[in-house]
Amino acid sequence: MNLVKLTIDGKKVEVPAGTTIYKAAKELGIDIPILCYMDLKDLNIENKPGGCRICSVEVEGRKNLAPSCSTDVAEGMEVRTNTMRVINARRTVMELIISDHPKDCLSCAKSGSCDLQDMAIRLGIREIPGQEYAEMSTYRLDTSPSIIRDLDKCIMCRRCETMCNDFQTVGALHAVNRGFQAVVAPAFEMNLEHSPCTYCGQCVAVCPTGALTEVDHTGKVIAALNDPSKTVVVQTAPAVRAALGEEFGMKAGTLVTGKMVTALRQLGFDYVFDTDFAADLTIMEEGAELLGRLTRFLEGDKDVKLPILTSCCPGWVNFFEYNFPEMKEIPSTARSPQQMFGSIAKSYFAEKIEIDRKDMVVVSIMPCLAKKYECQREEFMVDGNPDVDISISTRELAHLIKQANLDLVRMDEEDFDKPMGESSGAGVIFGVTGGVIEAATRTAYEIYTGKSLEKVDFEQLRGVDGIRSASVDFDGQEINIGIAHGLRNARKLLEEIKEGKSHYHAIEIMACPGGCIGGGGQPLHHGDASILKARTKAIYEEDRNKPIRKSHENPYIKKLYEEFLGEPLSEKAHELLHTHYFDKRKKIFQV
Amino acid sequence: MPEATLLANPVKKQIRIALRNCGVINPETIDEYIGKDGYFALGKVLTGLTPAEAIKVIKDSGIRGRGGAGFPTGLKWEFASKNNSDQKYVVCNADEGDPGAFMDRSILEGDPHSVLEAMALCGYCIGANTGYIYIRAEYPLAIERLKIAISQAREYGFLGNSVFGTGFDFDIHLKYGAGAFVCGEETSLIHSMEGLRGEPTLKPPFPAESGYLGKPTNVNNVETYANIPVIFLKGAAWFSGIGTEKSKGTKVFALAGKVNNVGLIEVPMGVTLREVIYEIGGGIRDGKAFKAVQTGGPSGGCLTEKDLDIPIDYENLIACGSMMGSGGMIVMDEDDCMVSIAKFFLDFSVEESCGKCSPCRIGNKRLYELLERICTGKGEMKDIDRLRNLSEVIKDTSLCGLGQSSPNPVLSTLDNFYHEYISHVEDKKCTAGVCRDLMEYFIVEDNCVGCTACARACPVGAITGERKEIHLINLEICIKCGACMEKCKFDAVILK
Ligand SMILES: Cc1cc2nc3c(=O)[nH]c(=O)nc-3n(C[C@H](O)[C@H](O)[C@H](O)COP(=O)(O)O)c2cc1C
Ligand code: SF4
Ligand code: SF4
Repeated sequence: MNLVKLTIDGKKVEVPAGTTIYKAAKELGIDIPILCYMDLKDLNIENKPGGCRICSVEVEGRKNLAPSCSTDVAEGMEVRTNTMRVINARRTVMELIISDHPKDCLSCAKSGSCDLQDMAIRLGIREIPGQEYAEMSTYRLDTSPSIIRDLDKCIMCRRCETMCNDFQTVGALHAVNRGFQAVVAPAFEMNLEHSPCTYCGQCVAVCPTGALTEVDHTGKVIAALNDPSKTVVVQTAPAVRAALGEEFGMKAGTLVTGKMVTALRQLGFDYVFDTDFAADLTIMEEGAELLGRLTRFLEGDKDVKLPILTSCCPGWVNFFEYNFPEMKEIPSTARSPQQMFGSIAKSYFAEKIEIDRKDMVVVSIMPCLAKKYECQREEFMVDGNPDVDISISTRELAHLIKQANLDLVRMDEEDFDKPMGESSGAGVIFGVTGGVIEAATRTAYEIYTGKSLEKVDFEQLRGVDGIRSASVDFDGQEINIGIAHGLRNARKLLEEIKEGKSHYHAIEIMACPGGCIGGGGQPLHHGDASILKARTKAIYEEDRNKPIRKSHENPYIKKLYEEFLGEPLSEKAHELLHTHYFDKRKKIFQV
Repeated sequence: MPEATLLANPVKKQIRIALRNCGVINPETIDEYIGKDGYFALGKVLTGLTPAEAIKVIKDSGIRGRGGAGFPTGLKWEFASKNNSDQKYVVCNADEGDPGAFMDRSILEGDPHSVLEAMALCGYCIGANTGYIYIRAEYPLAIERLKIAISQAREYGFLGNSVFGTGFDFDIHLKYGAGAFVCGEETSLIHSMEGLRGEPTLKPPFPAESGYLGKPTNVNNVETYANIPVIFLKGAAWFSGIGTEKSKGTKVFALAGKVNNVGLIEVPMGVTLREVIYEIGGGIRDGKAFKAVQTGGPSGGCLTEKDLDIPIDYENLIACGSMMGSGGMIVMDEDDCMVSIAKFFLDFSVEESCGKCSPCRIGNKRLYELLERICTGKGEMKDIDRLRNLSEVIKDTSLCGLGQSSPNPVLSTLDNFYHEYISHVEDKKCTAGVCRDLMEYFIVEDNCVGCTACARACPVGAITGERKEIHLINLEICIKCGACMEKCKFDAVILK
């Protein structure tokens, strides 16, 4: 490798050619402040517009300051990161940015986890000269089912744009307008609802300020818990337990399943259940669908739609409804675990505890913002009563717990309630990329071959690459499996199908980086990809610790079929656990 | 938009190279261009020189880019030629966004073939077979003439397959810009050509490495190209014989403002501002006193009497706080308020900033607000310090040439006309009599006949005085609407 020698603040360093000054300084332990720059290494996501100019440094012989995030080192370069010229420039630029930023930090959703606020603290900003007569750029507030855009707080870091365009290829957000009014918005400054937005929430996950936040429903949850006429049931998605601890200062990757259950109980939920239960149920239905299509295919049926695509990620469902509606017969018709849970809770379980579904409130705790939208879909309501009433994010749950003076860190560990709190390890791994298909494989294999799996871990399905493929031997029948996370990758696999070039039998797709553990409702990673890695590890650890590893062995699932549903894909199962998709292409840009 | 007029020629000190055929030939007839040795350079180079030899001619001529930055053209071509690629592009920057600049339009309207010929020459030198002219859609006549010229050149075999039967293919297409100033910046221009948002990206990579569609691309200005055929015809030595040590050839300026003769001029590098203003421009209008000259377009600096004898070239203009830019030149006289002038130019930069980087997006707006305060009498001494610091930081930290130069009008007026800032801030006076908020209405005793017209016109009853007696304005009540001044038939009401 070609090495380059340079000095930074008088210290010598040698780095590979092509390294930026910012990264070279890191090698020396010099932490140059950055604001717009973001590098999610393993996921190949880099936002490098060179726009904020906070990372400017002095380079000997260069007439102006250099943005260290996007300037490569050169042999013999002499860099200074802390001269008065640099410090003054950085501070002045920061004052400029704040001069066009609302000062309502006390009531801002991002307060305490805002990169701009952190930078103001770090640079010791005390006053903004001329603020009294400084005009502010203002924009219409945009509220959608999942996301609020308060662009008065946008600092044009363009991170959201990178996620929406480069990582997701959704193209809902672009820089619009010029000069002082420049901002990131959907085309023609429409509302998000009229854009192709999938509500994946990846823009929210990376926005350094309060410009993009989730719609907060904690107030609704408190009201429900306060209403004595309601039975409040809560479900928690697999990825939540692997990340919630971060909001309480615990190390990324700390599993807090039992503590979270206790906290939810202490918050006053009547039943603390697990979405993992519904994940097991999903496997029963989706697995049966896969095997059904596969069998028909192997018997020579030419009309059968293969590959089958997973359908548990609502961001992904939105994506294909907008972008590939002509292929809407291909995905599995199985509802997402959140919705299967709501449907069963308000039928089977409501009957069991003898209450009317209208007296039950189902709250879901999700790593995801698309779930907020999903639970409001009309298909998931019965006479106007939604199967899932309120969906809140991991971050919102943390706020609830804090408000209730509960100390998650020192909380006892309790178990989920029965019956809908029991789950297998297969249900847990729904939270990571590759997990759904691995869970499905564990069950489909045993049902198809009639044999018991010797090894339940399918290492070939795991990993972080955006697109992965593997084949699994079903007793002489090769099953080709594709996995994609991030919608850019999903798009590639879909284009292949469209062109008739796909050789897969089944494809798992998740919209978020790393799967649900990197969801838009999770604690903010602030650009640190190692956090996502740690959460993934935690999920697999939870799987290993489970006595039951396969969905079809979950005794409460068996019981549910015996007592209520009959068998997978039965008429009742169809009615309660399956759905259909829509052509939403026309919906875009309709005001 | 004014018709593209050229200052009467021959005028002393002018040499026409870029404008050689403008107004001389019929631009819609290729034969007239050929009659002026048009396409001879192309034929000569294609059949007689290797690309490397041809690039050497351009390098030896010393010509530098006329679009603003003044980068040596031969060197640029050499970079593009050395970057290996299956596909390369030649781009002509005809975005011409400077307000008041119309030299590129004049060339395209008056001599479109010279640009086509030069682009084909460039294509041969760097190994490209496709050219694009990025032209603002607001130039319909230029577009029309280019279309005619391109089709004629194709007909004659100067464009298309195997030009001059040499096996060299080259064709040219038009791309239209929506008229954003920043789209003239070359990386923005390329993004705009690709259908993306016209905003700059960091260089490197330079277009010569990775330009249009990621391929090596040579971007030059219209005027730069217009010089090229002549250089090949008359030789590098001839061209480099004109101008100063580091700036060769001529430069076209759009002379405007308070001089007697305004219009396009083409002068050899090295003439002085004094020669331009007094000899070509015919001196200041109405016998007023010269105050300043602003060069380089909206982000150039304002130069004063002390700079008038400096030979004009790239380096000298930068050394005295301005720049060549694309060749705007606005002359100001004693009636111009320099704080207002700075504000006027800032207004343009605020409007035209693309908004990508924070210093330019927000900083220029804040500079404008400060100037606005000073012009309306609300300025404080600390505002002047802020103006300077902010200007320096914006220049130091902005992403592209726009923000890196937009504070120039502020800095140069602060340097050269500091006293005007002080009088606005400390004495609340605008000595040039431009800033209305700083002026007061008075009645000149000698002129007042006591007709009472002013008193009757005043909406707030600020004027007192008996019929046939001298009237008086109570400044405490006056709202400075100017109604009295309008009504007085005896020039008795004045502002000062
Ligand atoms: C804000 C901005 C606007 C510019 N506008 C123009 C323009 O209108 N025309 C032009 O030729 N160059 C313009 N330039 C310069 C181009 O970036 C580029 O340097 C030039 O086209 C190169 O051609 P040259 O080497 O022949 O000058 C602009 C630069 C900046 C920073
Ligand atoms: S909305 Fe947020 S993420 Fe997007 S550009 Fe603005 S500040 Fe950055
Ligand atoms: S300096 Fe101005 S025009 Fe240039 S990138 Fe920055 S904001 Fe855009």
